[in-house]
Amino acid sequence: MASLKEMRNRIASVKATQKITKALQMVAAAKLRRSQDAAQNARPYAERMAAVIANLAAGISGDGAPKLLVGTGSDQRHLIVVATSDRGLAGGFNSSIVRAARERISRLLNEGKDVRILTVGRKARDQLKRLDRSVGAFEAGGNPSLVVAEEVAGKVRELFEAGDVDVVTLFFSKFKSVVTQTPTGVQLIPAQVEAASQPIDLKGAVYEYEPDEETILEALLPRNITTQIFSAMLENQAGFYAAQMTAMDNATRNAGDMISSLTLQFNRSRQAQITKELIEIISGAEAL
Amino acid sequence: MADKLHFSLVSPERELFSGLVDQVDAPGSEGDFGVLAGHAPFMTALQEGPVRVHNNGQITTFDVRGGFADVTPDGLTVLAEHAVEAV
Repeated sequence: MASLKEMRNRIASVKATQKITKALQMVAAAKLRRSQDAAQNARPYAERMAAVIANLAAGISGDGAPKLLVGTGSDQRHLIVVATSDRGLAGGFNSSIVRAARERISRLLNEGKDVRILTVGRKARDQLKRLDRSVGAFEAGGNPSLVVAEEVAGKVRELFEAGDVDVVTLFFSKFKSVVTQTPTGVQLIPAQVEAASQPIDLKGAVYEYEPDEETILEALLPRNITTQIFSAMLENQAGFYAAQMTAMDNATRNAGDMISSLTLQFNRSRQAQITKELIEIISGAEAL
Repeated sequence: MADKLHFSLVSPERELFSGLVDQVDAPGSEGDFGVLAGHAPFMTALQEGPVRVHNNGQITTFDVRGGFADVTPDGLTVLAEHAVEAV
């Protein structure tokens, strides 16, 4: 049985922890709003970009098509880009992304493919270090910036152009709502053209291109990789704060439960000790 | 008044402009061009330069760097890597 003093210290320490988790929860809630807005604002660009590429890709034929669109014709060497946050304290947020990536990696390895890993975010780097297949690691930085996305995309393109990889897949967490974030894998190279998107109705007119379709597509595809990485980072950021908010809310509640049970225990043993002292005094007096 | 053109200007961070306007002038890679309502479907890369939006006699200018213009029967969309409203 812990002494009264020990119990009092224990309660004080849990209370201090609760204050921290509470503060972190409120910070995450405030930041969540901002990053949710940022993710929302970036959506039109990504959507238009995908639509334009789908439109262009539909019109482009076999041989002249850029490699970024049709691939190298092989799927032997895979690059897995794993994007997480830099920090933890967000429940299973980062682990679930890494788990999804790991599942894919072990499946590819079983199929006898070559797998390399590029990480964005410290958590991905730390959790995948033991696989020893990393070709580079980036930090996600504070707020997602186009500059970082551009650096990552540059590295991806460099590896692809050097002929080191055939297929590039990006893993991140899709922000569905404050309570749901789903780890998702998106293929970056060869570019996935949404078959679902409707070709634009031209009402009989012919699309004109300046300078020409190939040139435009060749300039658009690398930019699309940057855009996809950037929006993955934005989604991650929003998901991270949502997960952190939930995790810290739970932690605060658990700390509250712990405090009340410890306080109960503390009061009981305090009363027991008082009773014991009284008995000692009374029986001492009676003995005289 | 003639028909209006739907114009939207988006950068990776956000949508800078979206709405109905009279005319948009943009710096295409093969030369400047203007778009009115009912323009033929057309797509081009953009040079660095100003995009001028004409609406009700007023001109709003955006400085655009690296991007694409896409004209469809629905309107004109400019996807710009960097875009700021000029002051």
